[in-house]
Amino acid sequence: MSIPAELKYTKSHEWVRLEADGGVSVGITHHAQELLGDMVFLEAPTVGRKLAAGEECAVVESVKAASDVFAPIAGEVIAANAELEGAPESINSDPYAAWMFKLQPANVADLDALMDATAYAAHVESEAH
Amino acid sequence: MLKQTPLNAKHHEAHAKLVDFSGWEMPIHYGSQVEEHHIVRRDAGMFDVSHMLPVDIKGVNARGFLRKLFANNVDKLQTTGRALYTCMLHEGGGVVDDLIVYFMSESWFRLVVNAGCADKDLAWIETQRDQYAPGLVITPRRDLAMVAVQGPNAASKLWQAMPGTRELAETMKPFRAVVVGEMFVARTGYTGEDGFEIMVPNKAAPFFWQALLEAGVKPCGLGARDTLRLEAGMNLYGQDMDEGVTPFDSGLAWTVDMSGERDFIGRHALLNLPRNRQLVGLKLLERGVLRSHQSVFTAFGEGEITSGSFSPTLNGSIALARVPVGVALGDTVEVDIRGKRMSAAVVKYPFVRNGKALI
Repeated sequence: MSIPAELKYTKSHEWVRLEADGGVSVGITHHAQELLGDMVFLEAPTVGRKLAAGEECAVVESVKAASDVFAPIAGEVIAANAELEGAPESINSDPYAAWMFKLQPANVADLDALMDATAYAAHVESEAH
Repeated sequence: MLKQTPLNAKHHEAHAKLVDFSGWEMPIHYGSQVEEHHIVRRDAGMFDVSHMLPVDIKGVNARGFLRKLFANNVDKLQTTGRALYTCMLHEGGGVVDDLIVYFMSESWFRLVVNAGCADKDLAWIETQRDQYAPGLVITPRRDLAMVAVQGPNAASKLWQAMPGTRELAETMKPFRAVVVGEMFVARTGYTGEDGFEIMVPNKAAPFFWQALLEAGVKPCGLGARDTLRLEAGMNLYGQDMDEGVTPFDSGLAWTVDMSGERDFIGRHALLNLPRNRQLVGLKLLERGVLRSHQSVFTAFGEGEITSGSFSPTLNGSIALARVPVGVALGDTVEVDIRGKRMSAAVVKYPFVRNGKALI
């Protein structure tokens, strides 16, 4: 199971990376892409959209099913990954490089409430039973 | 407790992702559904379809009984080994199941029915037998496993795996079957590619599977089987048709033989029911994925997608949809995808055959 130590995680299987410029990148975890299977479609949120924590903001679809992606914390969308929309299979091959959108956090301290790698590993384990 | 096929251990060995499919523990994929799809379009893949049930109908005038039982006419089967696709209807014209029937002799026909319908089908066939042909013997063949080897290289890899089958694999015509020792070999499939469906005794199945593996045939899961059959424009029972619709509502008029006076079960209803629905192909004109049960809006009223998916061969989304009569090829309709109306073109299907896009 691949869970990078430097990232933060949500219960709905998004990963969150705090970037040097103070923005945060968001994608879905290795575990999430494995559950969903081959990715064929991504719809990222529009730049400028203001999101509340937990708000549905993107959709990924695999050959099997559609799945919502949620905002891990409150913030404004400052970038959407158009390249990834054209190559959604990268979510399968390299999930932690495949960021879907970037947020300017409303409050960067909100990140502290997210899970670290150890807590996320336990969360994945608990869902398996 | 899920039922297991004789190949279950082989699937575990290959690290398949196993799911509950009609009460059977079956592989959905062995890593990547899309890769498995491409393997079948470009090379050769194999599917464990042992959950499907072969049923032997034996006895004097088996043909007369099946003439009554099926919407298609088994009189089209006149040479040994010929196969026919048909629906089995109830009196109201609804589809009990779709199946392939093989003519082996005047006293032996073999059917292959869907896993999810097997118990219901057997009960139905036995009831009809008791009424119309009490002398016939109906035998479900759970002692047989079935492997579908499909793809442009299926024939050459089959004869590599099974020495002695080369001539067979090279000369056998589509929709034919032969018995070779303990094997029943049919040139049929559910992918739109050349290929074979082979029944072997349960005990022999793991060895047969292993021989195919060593000949370079890749295991493929039921996920790829579904996208392959959808591209090939083939109906899936329980999704594109069921007991609530007729073959005419389901794009299967070509399988119903109304000629002559043959009084098959369901004929009367088919003659009297209004024909106001049809099955059409859709191709999504925007980004997204069509899925079953999405609503379709047309100039002639509402319809519904019965099967929809991403098409790996076309790199876009396609669907089969049941829509009102009047909707025609070339029309643009709208599909409700998670609350958004998206445009789709009405196109002819099959969408893909023998590796080539047809739309």
